[in-house]
Amino acid sequence: MAIKFQLPDLGEDTEGGTVVKVLVAVGDAVEKDQSVIELETDKALLEVPSPASGKITGVHVAEGDEIRVDELILTIDAAVGSDDAPAEPAVPVKAPPNVEPKTVIQAPAKPEPRPVAETPPASVPGPPQPEPSKPEPPQPVAPSAEVGAVPVAAKPAGAGGPASPSTRKLARELGVDLEQVLGSGSAGRISKDDVMAFAKSRLAPDSDREGAPGAPGPVAVTPIELPDFSKHGPIERVKLNGIRKKTIESMTRSWTTIPHVTQFDEADTTDLEALRRRRNEQLLAGGKAKLTATVFVIKACVSALKAFPQFNSSLDVAAGEMIRKDYFNIGMAVDTEHGLLVPVLKDVDKKSLLQLSDEIKDLSERARRRKVSLDDLRGATFTVTNLGGLGGTAFTPIINHPEVAILGLARSQKRVSMTGERLESRLMLPLCLSYDHRLIDGSDAVRFTRKIAEMLEDPGLLLLEG
Amino acid sequence: MTQLPESSQSHKSLKVQVCVIGAGPGGYAAAFHAADRGLKVALIDAESKPGGVCLHRGCIPSKALLHAASLIEESELAANWGIHFERPRVDLDRLREWKGEVVERMVSGLAGLCRARGIEYIQGTAVFVDSERVAVEDASVAMVQFEHAILATGSSPAIPAALRIDSPRLMDSTAALELPDVPEKLLVIGGGYIGLELATVYAALGSAITVVEMTDGLLPGADRDLVRPLAARLKKSISSILLETAVTSISETKDGLEVTWEGKGGNATQTFDRALISVGRRPNTSGLGIENTAATLDENGFVRVNPARRTEDPRIYAIGDVAGQPMLAHKATAEAKVAAAAIAGEPAAFDPAAIPAVVFTDPEIAWTGLTETEAKEQGRKVKVARFPWGASGRAVTLDRTDGMTKLITDPANGLVLGVGIVGPGAGDLIAEGVLAIEMGAVAEDLAAVIHPHPTLSETVMESAELIFGSATHMHRPAKK
Repeated sequence: MAIKFQLPDLGEDTEGGTVVKVLVAVGDAVEKDQSVIELETDKALLEVPSPASGKITGVHVAEGDEIRVDELILTIDAAVGSDDAPAEPAVPVKAPPNVEPKTVIQAPAKPEPRPVAETPPASVPGPPQPEPSKPEPPQPVAPSAEVGAVPVAAKPAGAGGPASPSTRKLARELGVDLEQVLGSGSAGRISKDDVMAFAKSRLAPDSDREGAPGAPGPVAVTPIELPDFSKHGPIERVKLNGIRKKTIESMTRSWTTIPHVTQFDEADTTDLEALRRRRNEQLLAGGKAKLTATVFVIKACVSALKAFPQFNSSLDVAAGEMIRKDYFNIGMAVDTEHGLLVPVLKDVDKKSLLQLSDEIKDLSERARRRKVSLDDLRGATFTVTNLGGLGGTAFTPIINHPEVAILGLARSQKRVSMTGERLESRLMLPLCLSYDHRLIDGSDAVRFTRKIAEMLEDPGLLLLEG
Repeated sequence: MTQLPESSQSHKSLKVQVCVIGAGPGGYAAAFHAADRGLKVALIDAESKPGGVCLHRGCIPSKALLHAASLIEESELAANWGIHFERPRVDLDRLREWKGEVVERMVSGLAGLCRARGIEYIQGTAVFVDSERVAVEDASVAMVQFEHAILATGSSPAIPAALRIDSPRLMDSTAALELPDVPEKLLVIGGGYIGLELATVYAALGSAITVVEMTDGLLPGADRDLVRPLAARLKKSISSILLETAVTSISETKDGLEVTWEGKGGNATQTFDRALISVGRRPNTSGLGIENTAATLDENGFVRVNPARRTEDPRIYAIGDVAGQPMLAHKATAEAKVAAAAIAGEPAAFDPAAIPAVVFTDPEIAWTGLTETEAKEQGRKVKVARFPWGASGRAVTLDRTDGMTKLITDPANGLVLGVGIVGPGAGDLIAEGVLAIEMGAVAEDLAAVIHPHPTLSETVMESAELIFGSATHMHRPAKK
């Protein structure tokens, strides 16, 4: 029984990736769940497991191929009697991660663009924007033959209608991709107002956006014409990797949609540091992972998040609601040679400092080797980013949308301070809390940051509350 | 400052922001738009005045001659209305002189516009030294240093090597427009728009014309139903049209040109007084030193450009015939605006939804956007309406009911995808079709817009009405 194995749904935001390694060849026997290809997505290096046991009869991808969800990867002759072998021959199979098949309008291949006119003075190739065959916007997209090529998720249904030259010019000026714009006129005609409304909606929060419900969709990064740098000296153009491209998107989205304010404070971690030192001596002797300052900060954050639940929320502007989360997953920014990754520590409130310490070590190592799964990168409710190891007195972190706050740690510094009547040297940890000012008021931000500082200043409290 | 002596002037070097090479409708427009943005511009061309092929030996002189031809034709048609003229006496020298006056008036106007804009017009031949400089031969300025260059060198008539003989009887379009004489027997090789326009002129002046075309129809690229009324009319003025026929050899004898052809039109050898070769045009890319820059050519010999018309060399842009099909003056002018805007740092892209094509024969043929032929090739469903000019009051008053206006729309939403017109004035009428396509108009829009009566423009409105069934002046019983 032949199984056509297509690239399974990798989860939100991920439409495909680059095949880094093909781990099987035609003729190989594979077990169910055995890794068959290594795929580099925007965020991680994934191993895609086989959906069934059997023999590989066809490999349809090669190393370096860019593949997308639903693209055929392998043909597997499923082992007779295997539980997973489907009854019908040659059925497309979605792999395990895809629980239920989504309703997807299977788009037939986009009609070939008109050939570049080679012929005598005839018409010109259809321009990219006013592709006139697009369905009318007010009608719901029906998967009929008439509707034809609707690139799923790439743009809202009905977008990319005809637009007049002046509208196209406006779109260029505003950096709006007309393929993304839903025209309000007849035959999906895009007006200048449509373009301006789209540009405005791009500045508003995701949920406010028209047209693209669900998936946040690619953030159009306004392309600004660059000067010719080679005029001034030698240059080199370097291709950006998937992580960088994703970072560009997410940073642009966060920066353009969230009104950021950063609150600075510092925590006196002298006592905490003494405690950590003592514990670490024992831990090291016992061959265990050291407790880092970060793990205490993460614990302190959870206490603060519990005390100020709006920091553990998301904003649904369209619904006029705040979504409060009753779980505490902390994202932890990790600097890797490929770029910034933010693996997530799950259910931090239910784990001990030692447990967390091990998890942090494991996650950051895997992140550096790009072995984190997409699951490891999702579901954070709050993020901590520690740049203190490298230096710096303070910085203004960017919130990881749809979270509403992020805590940055800069380098601790010894400071002479008055304790009672005595001058003492104290170790001060700078805290930099960026918060979404739409949801969080400045006074709460001060209280929240203070709360974290207090927890760190008196580790005993961590025992009581953590 | 002392005036440099004549001899050392050629060592003069000039520094500009934009150097435009070629002063045709692409080049001069680019220079004008760049200058209007406050940039310092030099415009280099081998001619003493701007205008390029279009003004000197293309669109403009041919239209002057076609106007004269149409008057001759119409004076014959007038007999039908009871108005009789003597057979016109053609003073060829005066006709040529008048055509020259038309050209001179236009190019002098452009020269004036250059001066008014402070553009440095340099007569000479420019060759790229590198990505920052062009050397100018035979000019008052030896070297122009630029921040950006716009290549607009146009195209030249292509003559197959096998037919290239050294004889004044063998003409290209340039030579034919010079009106050396009215040959008794003229052979036109190539039934494209240039061949047919010049055939129309010479036929009206009295030449017996034979047209030889390699493909199976005149005007390859145009929908056949648009070509049919022209072919029918040409049959009266042209002795013979040989399709799917190729000229295999030409030689000069004392009686004229001995031409041999083969194909469906028969295998024959005949002697002609003159022959016109109009089989196509080639982009002018050689001898320009393009290889000294980072710009490259594509497989068809055009300079490779991006949507902003920038070549692979970030300092150099290319527009017009040299930058790709279709080789039309108005496309060059549109690209000129894009390149000038891009150089000035504005977001610009050449992204037309439609470019009109016009053949100035009698009747004229014009089309824009998607053709029915293209739709068929693409397997694309379209709804087409044809409005015959027999139902147009204005066409009847002109005694020209051989015309037709057709509309090609998207059956899903009525969007106007293409317009084709054949008939007198089609070239002017097509502008509405271009506007409709560019503005994303639907057939209903065209049908609802009030068109002046009685004019030929009503045929556009009525063809749009036909998309929905009957038009005011054309009844079509509803389909059961």
